[in-house]
Amino acid sequence: MNYKFKVGCSIENLKDVRDFIRASLKNHGISDLEISEIVLALDEMCSNLMIHAHHCNPDDLFELHILVEKNSPLIFELIDDGTVFDINEFSTPALDSIVHEKRKGGLGIRLVKSIMDKIEYQKTGGRNICRLVKSVQFK
Amino acid sequence: MIHIKRLQEDGADIIALIGEIDASSSIELDLAIAKSVGEGFKKILVDCSALEYISSAGLGVFMSYIEEFKDRHIKMVLFGMSDKVANTFSILGLNELLQIGKDKVQAKQIVNEL
Repeated sequence: MNYKFKVGCSIENLKDVRDFIRASLKNHGISDLEISEIVLALDEMCSNLMIHAHHCNPDDLFELHILVEKNSPLIFELIDDGTVFDINEFSTPALDSIVHEKRKGGLGIRLVKSIMDKIEYQKTGGRNICRLVKSVQFK
Repeated sequence: MIHIKRLQEDGADIIALIGEIDASSSIELDLAIAKSVGEGFKKILVDCSALEYISSAGLGVFMSYIEEFKDRHIKMVLFGMSDKVANTFSILGLNELLQIGKDKVQAKQIVNEL
């Protein structure tokens, strides 16, 4: 199954994004806990995209595609035409440095990297595709 | 959307979080904690029993107070988390850095022992 969602880059829309992800993943035999972790990682990726690549401009749209095939890793694609914000280029900060520097960011990168198996970026015809891959247990 | 309620019991400020905290609402959590600190509370309990979701933006708010609270001898204990919310804290190992109680009774015990 292929699920698609198109949304403006306002962080007020994050709730709708999460609802879309939950609705897409339910009824596929994926555990609630795994779904909640995926929601967390994608929320982070989407909010990064909205804030850093599109400066929260509600008129800038991006697409989130979710590909679910039984007994295959889940594939998530974030497609937009903004500046690429490649989290692979950011080192994962240590927890104590986050505490010490009172950084409110930085946690998200740790979170995405610990939840997702693979994060890759690709540019096709002026559009950026960020593809995240995650293996899950299907009941 | 997050609703935040505050009430005081036995000298502790209890901040109840109702709903979801993400990048658009984490500022409200930050303001609520800052207000409690500003009013001079040394014991802050965060009631998470109606917290349905917290993103890294919300976790970052709690993290950002750890050092300040240490320096100012302010004690904060979170309690009442659902399994999903508790899992969010433990993915990042924040359960090791923050005080987390099962329920309000246990949270009060922890805050009084710290």
